Amino acid sequence: MSAQAKHPFHMVDPSPWPAVGALAALTLAVGAVFYFHEEPLFGINGIAKIIPGFVLIILTMVLWWRDVIKESVKERVHTKETSHGLRLGMVLFIASEVMFFGAFFWAFFHHSLGFSTATLQWPPEGIEVLDAWHLPFYNTIILLTSGITVTRAHLYIEAGMNEKAAKWTWITAALGVMFLGLQVYEYGHAAFGLSDGIYPSTFYMATGFHGFHVFVGTTFLIVCAVRANKNQFTPDKHIGFQSAAWYWHFVDVVWLFLFVWVYWLLGAPVRTF
Amino acid sequence: MYTTATHAHDDHHAPTGIKRWLYSTNHKDIGTMYLIFAVVAGLVGGGLSLLIRMELGEPGVQVFNELSESPKQFYNVVVTAHALLMVFFVVMPALIGGFGNWMVPMMIGAPDMAFPRMNNISFWLMPPALILLILSSVMGQGAGTGWTLYPPLSGLAGQPDMSVDFAILALHVAGASSILGATNFITTILNMRAPGMTMHKMPLFVWATLITAILLLLAMPVLAGALTMLLADRNFGTAFFDPRGGGDPLLWQHLFWFFGHPEVYIMILPAFGIVSHIVSTFSRKPVFGYLGMAYAMASIGVVGFAVWAHHMYTVGMGVNYRAYFVAVTMAIAVPTGVKIFSWIATMWGGSIQFKTPMLWAIGFIFLFTVGGVTGVVLANAGMDVAMHDTYYVVAHFHYVLSLGAIFGIFAGFYYWFDKMTGKSYPEWAGQLHFYTTFIGVNVLFFPQHFLGLAGMPRRYIDYPDIFAEWNLVSTYGAYISVASSVFFLIATVIVMTSGKKSVANPWGEGATTLEWMVPSPAPFHTFEEQPDLTSGNPVAQPAE
Repeated sequence: MSAQAKHPFHMVDPSPWPAVGALAALTLAVGAVFYFHEEPLFGINGIAKIIPGFVLIILTMVLWWRDVIKESVKERVHTKETSHGLRLGMVLFIASEVMFFGAFFWAFFHHSLGFSTATLQWPPEGIEVLDAWHLPFYNTIILLTSGITVTRAHLYIEAGMNEKAAKWTWITAALGVMFLGLQVYEYGHAAFGLSDGIYPSTFYMATGFHGFHVFVGTTFLIVCAVRANKNQFTPDKHIGFQSAAWYWHFVDVVWLFLFVWVYWLLGAPVRTF
Repeated sequence: MYTTATHAHDDHHAPTGIKRWLYSTNHKDIGTMYLIFAVVAGLVGGGLSLLIRMELGEPGVQVFNELSESPKQFYNVVVTAHALLMVFFVVMPALIGGFGNWMVPMMIGAPDMAFPRMNNISFWLMPPALILLILSSVMGQGAGTGWTLYPPLSGLAGQPDMSVDFAILALHVAGASSILGATNFITTILNMRAPGMTMHKMPLFVWATLITAILLLLAMPVLAGALTMLLADRNFGTAFFDPRGGGDPLLWQHLFWFFGHPEVYIMILPAFGIVSHIVSTFSRKPVFGYLGMAYAMASIGVVGFAVWAHHMYTVGMGVNYRAYFVAVTMAIAVPTGVKIFSWIATMWGGSIQFKTPMLWAIGFIFLFTVGGVTGVVLANAGMDVAMHDTYYVVAHFHYVLSLGAIFGIFAGFYYWFDKMTGKSYPEWAGQLHFYTTFIGVNVLFFPQHFLGLAGMPRRYIDYPDIFAEWNLVSTYGAYISVASSVFFLIATVIVMTSGKKSVANPWGEGATTLEWMVPSPAPFHTFEEQPDLTSGNPVAQPAE
């Protein structure tokens, strides 16, 4: 930080984490390809090949974001303008995530609405779909409830009551864990496996990536709960929590689309093209 | 005068060595690394294109026989690597990562990018991506799928070994870099403009970068999703693109081109921005129809998301779909025409100086228009059925990319060379480079129109004797272009090491944007005090 700077923006000091992160990406990618093809890499066999990459990525995230929190809480360099930029960055990231899910929904609609010449009916022959009004519906209720609890936590932060905010954030994260538990249970009891054709492909890929995002969002919320306990949020500045809440709502909306289209409206009964 | 910023920084010296480059959080250093990276990748990609032209110089298989035991597969590998290198590792890093990083913060009077650390990972993800791409060419039989990676060729049935997986992950990593970079540019431009720099006063290169970044942000994740599905089809037993499991290879084409068409605008919009600045500077006139120019780019961006299936006219789409895609594709010619005519109107009545950057800019306008016109021809589904996958298409997209985007890169390079290096590029060297390249690439690519119209298909190592003459001409064009590039490299190294010192604004009164108000080379930190532009035009007296 330059003491002379006469602008409101944050000039970040040089940092090793981007380079470590890039190395992590390379390590993980090479390890993953050798793992897929069951080839030894530097004498290492099996799943161990992708562990170094994963470790490096986790390490990068922890150390990098620890610096960001330090800059915010200790160095207090996040001015109003810098904060605005950080929030804008989060919004843009979520926009790109929307498009990422768009690709999987495109794959789903391409087949389930009969655009593909290879699909004669939906769900395809031999697929026994899950009942939308059992576990998926319970999961919908859980996620919708978690949207309320996270808002409650937000209101407490805005009232300057970090302790209560932490409690409600923990409750939200717990709902996220419950959702994931039910999802895992559902996967275990589904009548179709990942390689049983196009229905399981679209189903597992879309709900699986959503589940992964719930996991990420839950982790994000837990970090925020810990930070709230440390009294790091103030009523007018709590970008970390705001980002986690936005991300959580985004994950929630994706689920609503999954529930309405994949499980309910384009699930049973069978339609032919 | 905004030189005070440098003095303010004497007591806070810039980092050096590894800390300066590997740990960088400085937009100019990161921009420089992007430009060097693009040159390195360009040498490899250009070398591969030379191999292709040497092989196609005469009928039969000669050069690739010497290089590989399976010359035809290896030819496909070279074509694939050439395309991926040029798109993801040359044009995008140079225009967006290089010039975007260097110029956008300065042009809006910002002290740096919004997220300097993230800016650095955007760059440092590129060398790993390049390594993965090289692995995709050398592991197994090499990825010979073309840059479009169509299944079933890119599936397990086509190429079961590691090569295609490496190609997929190379694009994943490069795509992550692009998305992070796009987020950074949009935030910088929306949040860090100097007081008084309203959206409608932003220089056109900033507009171009903003729209490019929005396209990247929205198009790249769709490619990421498609690549993930392809990876899953290959390794986890899914059937997205495999009809045996009820999947559909056409789904890949839709997803790929929904990304791929915005991608071609991603490559050309920054060049549009650069050309606007140069034409204005060397005509000593403001850009004609500034708002029209900005919104033309915006509408190209928007409509660019609605035309993807014009790459797929031959797949058996219904006639109504084809009619729609013909109409919307042709509509893009309207905003593009607005740009071309506005550049001409900017020159009209100006006192034009034909300095090196201006020559490249005019070359861009002319050659991009040629490519645009063949694009309108190909936009017609009826015509495209005959010309799909012929050299006519190859000629078309090399006119808009190789002779469009690359000319834009060189135009920007010569325009901002003084600003970035502090040295002055001798006019004779820049002009010699321009004229030899102009002749070389036109001799190289113009005959390919004839070959395509005569029916020569693309992506083949061999061809019937009837196509021999124009292929030979085309190969001579490649030799001229390569000689020109070698001259450029040598001249640039000499100028950078022992060139004459330049001044803050070498171009005179026509150059009005903020980057000309700081010294050359631009100091490590610029605009530590944001310029106040509220009182009118962002035009001030240059430094020194």
